[in-house]
Amino acid sequence: MKTLGFIVVAVIGALLIYAEGDFPAWGDPQSPASQHAISRHFISQAMSETAVPNMVTAVLADYRGYDTMFETVVIFTAGIAIIGILGMARLTDRESLEPMSETEPADRDMIVINTCRLLIPVMQLFAFYVVAHGHHSPGGGFQGGVILGVSFILWAIARDLPTALRGIRPRRMIFLAALGVVIYAGTGALSLAMDAKLLDYSALQGFLPPAPAGALPSEIMARSHGMLVVEVGVAFTVSAIMFGIYTYLSSMGRLKGGF
Amino acid sequence: MIWQFDLILLVFLVISAVISLRVKDLLSASIVFGVYSFLICLLWAGMGAVDVAFTEAAVGAGVGAVFLIATVFNTTRRSSD
Repeated sequence: MKTLGFIVVAVIGALLIYAEGDFPAWGDPQSPASQHAISRHFISQAMSETAVPNMVTAVLADYRGYDTMFETVVIFTAGIAIIGILGMARLTDRESLEPMSETEPADRDMIVINTCRLLIPVMQLFAFYVVAHGHHSPGGGFQGGVILGVSFILWAIARDLPTALRGIRPRRMIFLAALGVVIYAGTGALSLAMDAKLLDYSALQGFLPPAPAGALPSEIMARSHGMLVVEVGVAFTVSAIMFGIYTYLSSMGRLKGGF
Repeated sequence: MIWQFDLILLVFLVISAVISLRVKDLLSASIVFGVYSFLICLLWAGMGAVDVAFTEAAVGAGVGAVFLIATVFNTTRRSSD
């Protein structure tokens, strides 16, 4: 069986290496992907249409906002599935599981805890920066949300799960994850209510103060700010789901004990 | 992209991929898998795909390794394969 698997992998690998020769060179401006009208439109018009210098964010959250909305839903669904399955195991196997030691983990290292106490606020501040600055630099809701979720995970590792869960109860975790999806979809529905297409943020310009003379017109700024709102929604979902997956995975749904 | 730098990264990428598949201790495999993610993150950063590299560093090398290690601690540490 192993030899057969190796042969299959070797043949497919050889085919991939052979096919790779037909790829255009890296960064080739003459390649079909770069020549297509849509790519040229994104590259030349993203800044003037949305006032967002990072065109990756512009494509992700505005031009293809529909895609990203359901990406957020996928993360939400995956997290809810993991929490649901492991939580079910907790309900059915409560008797069969060996009782966890209820002793307070007194041997937690003071140096580790105090280092984390200093480090976690910096991580969270960086996470907010990544979310809010995703328009101008690499980053956005996904990355910032992961960093925010990891800061809670770090606290759960340094102390133990109940201490970390005292801040965010599982019920609130799921609520925050759902709230992120609602923020994203609600922004889209709001533009639908303003007689525009779904997720067309330029329809939300009525919520902005009128642009002062010389500044960018408010329908362009509305697209920039609309992206920020949906990125915040993504960050809510991702951070809550990351922490939720960790808490359920590391304790097999019992939500007790340390790492 | 500097080809010498890429070559070193790719060699280490293949080595870490093989190690994480072959090693019996699943905790080591998880950590080497994190190394793999970090190397591919460097490659993406070198190609100018900074957003992808950032996501890989946060998700692949960061939280993915943590999830794997949490699972290893709750299941078995030794691979039967």
